[in-house]
Amino acid sequence: MALKIVKGSIDRMFDKNLQDLVRGIRNHKEDEAKYISTCIDEIKQELKQDNIAVKANAVCKLTYLQMLGYDVSWAAFNIVEVMSSSKFTYKRIGYLAASQCFHEGTDVIMLTTNQIRKDLSSPNQYDTGVALTGLSCFVTPDLARDLANDIMTLMSHTKPYIRKKAVLIMYKVFLKYPESLRPAFPRLKEKLEDPDPGVQSAAVNVICELARRNPKNYLSLAPLFFKLMTSSTNNWVLIKIIKLFGALTPLEPRLGKKLIEPLTNLIHSTSAMSLLYECVNTVIAVLISLSSGMPNHSASIQLCVQKLRILIEDSDQNLKYLGLLAMSKILKTHPKSVQSHKDLILQCLDDKDESIRLRALDLLYGMVSKKNLMEIVKKLMLHVDKAEGTTYRDELLTKIIDICSQSNYQYITNFEWYISILVELTRLEGTRHGHLIASQMLDVAIRVKAIRGFAVAQMATLLDNAHLLTGNTQRNGICEVLYAAAWICGEFSEHLEDPMQTLEAMLRPKVATLPGHIQAVYVQNAAKLFATVLQKHEGETDSQAAQETSQLLIDRLPLFVQSANLEVQERASCILQLVKYIQKLQQKNVEVAEEVTALFAGELNPVAPKAQKKVPIPEGLDLDAWINEPPSESESEDEKPKVVFAKEEPKHYRSRHTEVDEKELARRREVRKQEQANNPFYIKASPSSQKVYDAPGVEHIPVVQIDLSVPLKVPGMPMSDQYLKLEEERRQKEKAERKKKEKKKKREKRGKGRKADSGPESEEDITPAHQVDIVTEEMPENALPSDDDDKDPNDPHKALDIDLDKPLADSEKLPVRTHRPEVLKSPAEDRDSKSVPQETKKKSSKEKKEKKKDKEKDRKQIKPTVHWFPVQKSSKHKKKKQKKEKEEKEKKKKKRHHHHHHHGDAGGEDSVQNGTVEEEEPLPPMSNYSLLAENSYIKMVYDIQGNHQDESKVVVSVIFENKSDSFLKSMEFNVLDSLNSKLQRPEGAGPHDGLTVPFQLPPGVSNEARFVFSVQSIVMPQKLKGTLTFIVKSDESSTHEKLDFKLHFTCTSYLITTPCYSDAYAKLLESGDLKGSSLRLEGINMPFHHLLARICFHHHFSVVERIDSCASMYSRSIQGHHVCLLVKTSDQTVSIDAKCDEPSLLGNVLDEIKQTFSKC
Amino acid sequence: MIKAILIFNNHGKPRLIRFYQYFLNMQLQIKHLCTNKMAEDMQQQIIRETFHLVSKRDDNVCNFLEGGSLIGGSDYKLIYRHYATLYFVFCVDSSESELGILDLIQVFVETLDKCFENVCELDLIFHMDKVHYILQEVVMGGMVLETNMNEIVAQVELQNRMEKSEGGLSGAPARAVSAVKNMNLPEIPRNINIGDINIKVPSLSPF
Repeated sequence: MALKIVKGSIDRMFDKNLQDLVRGIRNHKEDEAKYISTCIDEIKQELKQDNIAVKANAVCKLTYLQMLGYDVSWAAFNIVEVMSSSKFTYKRIGYLAASQCFHEGTDVIMLTTNQIRKDLSSPNQYDTGVALTGLSCFVTPDLARDLANDIMTLMSHTKPYIRKKAVLIMYKVFLKYPESLRPAFPRLKEKLEDPDPGVQSAAVNVICELARRNPKNYLSLAPLFFKLMTSSTNNWVLIKIIKLFGALTPLEPRLGKKLIEPLTNLIHSTSAMSLLYECVNTVIAVLISLSSGMPNHSASIQLCVQKLRILIEDSDQNLKYLGLLAMSKILKTHPKSVQSHKDLILQCLDDKDESIRLRALDLLYGMVSKKNLMEIVKKLMLHVDKAEGTTYRDELLTKIIDICSQSNYQYITNFEWYISILVELTRLEGTRHGHLIASQMLDVAIRVKAIRGFAVAQMATLLDNAHLLTGNTQRNGICEVLYAAAWICGEFSEHLEDPMQTLEAMLRPKVATLPGHIQAVYVQNAAKLFATVLQKHEGETDSQAAQETSQLLIDRLPLFVQSANLEVQERASCILQLVKYIQKLQQKNVEVAEEVTALFAGELNPVAPKAQKKVPIPEGLDLDAWINEPPSESESEDEKPKVVFAKEEPKHYRSRHTEVDEKELARRREVRKQEQANNPFYIKASPSSQKVYDAPGVEHIPVVQIDLSVPLKVPGMPMSDQYLKLEEERRQKEKAERKKKEKKKKREKRGKGRKADSGPESEEDITPAHQVDIVTEEMPENALPSDDDDKDPNDPHKALDIDLDKPLADSEKLPVRTHRPEVLKSPAEDRDSKSVPQETKKKSSKEKKEKKKDKEKDRKQIKPTVHWFPVQKSSKHKKKKQKKEKEEKEKKKKKRHHHHHHHGDAGGEDSVQNGTVEEEEPLPPMSNYSLLAENSYIKMVYDIQGNHQDESKVVVSVIFENKSDSFLKSMEFNVLDSLNSKLQRPEGAGPHDGLTVPFQLPPGVSNEARFVFSVQSIVMPQKLKGTLTFIVKSDESSTHEKLDFKLHFTCTSYLITTPCYSDAYAKLLESGDLKGSSLRLEGINMPFHHLLARICFHHHFSVVERIDSCASMYSRSIQGHHVCLLVKTSDQTVSIDAKCDEPSLLGNVLDEIKQTFSKC
Repeated sequence: MIKAILIFNNHGKPRLIRFYQYFLNMQLQIKHLCTNKMAEDMQQQIIRETFHLVSKRDDNVCNFLEGGSLIGGSDYKLIYRHYATLYFVFCVDSSESELGILDLIQVFVETLDKCFENVCELDLIFHMDKVHYILQEVVMGGMVLETNMNEIVAQVELQNRMEKSEGGLSGAPARAVSAVKNMNLPEIPRNINIGDINIKVPSLSPF
């Protein structure tokens, strides 16, 4: 044996360790992948060895390879093995590897529960620490549920090192298992006042994370945090608290008022920039929440802006960046105080740091007003020209468009100017945002009716000069603009001065090089233009010109008919045929213009982005119903071939009779109109939509005539600048006029006191240059306004929106392991003993609180507190006596402090019975696991539990323990099903196939597997025969072994512990539906509470009430049978009277109880 | 919350990666469709993207930028520091204080410097595991655990001592061999200069 160890360690000397691996990789730069793959092979060999040190070394190397991007999940099981090593060195390696590559989908995680639990309770604080750290990275909902209670215990560990880790990890547990939040919260709160600053900081950290997502639940902690803020000197904690206050103030403005003073003091006093910055941020949040401008608040806002200005002017780029960031928050509510620093912000646009420029751009977005929009955009246009690097320029471009289009073009007074800006932007080389410009052009042209004439003229120019945009292949992004241009020219062609020229431009051969979707729009809109041209010429009775137009189309369209793009091809061929037909008619001198224009009549309106989603489903429409009954299979098989021949005839018949007489047509049209009128989905151009557009108050906006001839052709200057000048002049003029008027007024009112000159013009004074009839987007009628589209249903924090002030209810306990064969502690007992220090500390305040709450408390809420002491009154008297009980309870509580170290009583999962703990001795260890089968290799013990969710399923938990020195693998668990009970096998498995046990067993290791059985009748106990087969693998040989067993389904195993309130219990007994039976046990020599605990634990009952030596108990079967027991004892004789709605079930349960007690 | 901590060198070679949130490809958000391989690839893509974003920035620009498209875009911030050959990048959400995290990076690097005695990139290359253990004492599960450098160093050393005591006899031969192997290690100048790090630290009073 000793020789083996020596040999092992000598072998190991030549294994690569992590450093060797790294060195090797660095020496094989050329064939790194090949080298690593040989290394992985080596690692695989090492992992197969029994020596844990070798395995740990291999896992350590895998962690490195994981960083390089290699998938190492195949070694997950080996990682678990290394984690479970008893040596800290290896354990740490294992946990590190696990934290790097385990995640929720890793299936071996479920094997780790017991190991982690063991490590958490290890006497070595670093074992615990390593387990906590690892767990924080891969905690799953299952792990969180199973370990929550263990971690909560650690929160009161003696070592601050463990406490602070336990506190931090609770946040992860809450996220994965929200039910744990309420039970754990009191202790978390307690940790805010922990003597160790690290633990305190951790608690603040966790609560801040929680409160950030659901602030309203944490408002009650505000006073505590306020105290911390004024007393703490730890900047890290201060920053977190101040950030938290920032989240709380919007909900409670009074808090904000209280905060302003200490925060401003901090701002003045602190030297730490990080703290200063967070203070400013929170003051801003406070000021935002206090909407009313109180006088001293304007001082605080000034202080903030002033401090921020210092930050922005600082040479440290980080401070500059943050200053701008905070400034943008002030901007939302106090734009005026920021606007005075416009110079500073424009200056930041020239900064060499792109992030700072972007932040400055964000600020500009909020700083624009009607007055300065043109000026700011002009500056930005200059930057666009100067900007190097397309990303920043693209960012500028989007920002310009954002700034101009914000809140429905609120700040644009002159849309001609805006269109010119857009046209100028099309000159940008290599931008990706052609589609953005295009959509703006479309939006403006459609929604601002007054601008259409101007827009069409501009677009026509664009189309004419399309070669400038498309000439360079690199400018592809920008050609999207042509899409908009073509559509606008086509749709609003009545505004075109020379439609013929535009038509000609749209049909140039060069167009065929544009992307397909643009060509399609070209073709379609060429047809619209054609219609306009025809109409124009018809008015002038100039048939020659009209015919020439047709000829132009007929000449050019074939190019598009040959297009590879289907859309283009289809549209082109349709239109070509149409034009040919028209040409024929023209040659016959038939007037066609009117009919052709009718093809494109009607106006297209903008539709709101979410309109489609919000169309309500009309009453009586069932979208899931079949429109036609689905044909049965046999029918379709028979009839299909026939149909092919039968349908042939009518088709021909129809095509021959295409010309239907006028009357018939008229009738059909009528019918169709009728249908459309009744069809809610048909978009009508009817009055209903019209009324949407007429935004109230639009009519009285003064309409100024546009003088097109002035601004358009000014040589040497970009067009938009002209507008700027014009606008200024216009405003001057208006101002002058207004002054005149005012003077007149003043003269009239002379007696009533004078006003000074109105000073700089205010926002409202600036009248828009022309009517801004911004058409609102269409929404379906009776669409419901709802904003629920924006919420993310997957946010894990949604589940943590839990009221934390409500007292804990009975059902809210962290799950405690119930299957382990060891001394059982009831969770309530556990919690009680832990919460003692808190109680002593804050008793007086707690008492006060409780009195306050007394009034609102309903009975349910009282319940959990009541059960601490023996229930002596029957339920009928309860209400009257409540007050008295309360006082008593307080007394008892005090008394209990002397007793809390007794780990008394408390069988099983329910707590109702822990009342009389004080005077009674502790309970011997109990286990529900009974032996299933055993041989020299393996031992199996099992327990059966009902399933809460499913009334026909029970779960059999089997613990397999390897008793041999060999490795056990390929275990297969099989049971001979009976008619009544069946093992649940995966889909596709035969009824006699065994189930593979999902793990292997190294020597001395035990593990638990669960099997689900379905049962039909639960009134009789049952035995199922089964076999376990497995392979025993030792060093030199492997043998196939088998072990038979009998699985005993007792009736007890179908019972589920269900708490029952005494009044409900009384009602149940009174109902008379239950049949009785009874049982006497002689010679029982154990304390009464042990007896009860045993019944509770082994037979899944809960105590309803206990009075001295008499107790009532309750349980429920998985199929809903009620089982009630009345247990009485008098010197060594126990009598049990039982009632149940199923006599045979009851009889069997009683037999089983009898057996339990005969064993001891 | 800190979502990820990445350390890579001037060429984008990862030296330490620590993700506190599982990032998946947006198109494959359904978790069970994501194989382990895809998750690893995603992490590598994030490293590449982050390196791309960070490396093109001058040393005299600010240390904050918005997250790349792979890690949540503008919801997350990248806060980084550049020391000689290494970038230390923290990806955080809005609950963290930007200047605080900058300071934390500083604390982390100074701790490394203490533990490795004049830390340089080679230390990080050959002792990735140790760096992880140190990091684990600073940040846990994405939340800041300890900011006091002395406390961190003390805990790390206590654990190292424990490891040594466990090593005992069985560890000795392996260490001897590894010492012999280390003799061939080429002398590479230790070139992280902690001295000039402090220049850009905002005046934060010590935690």
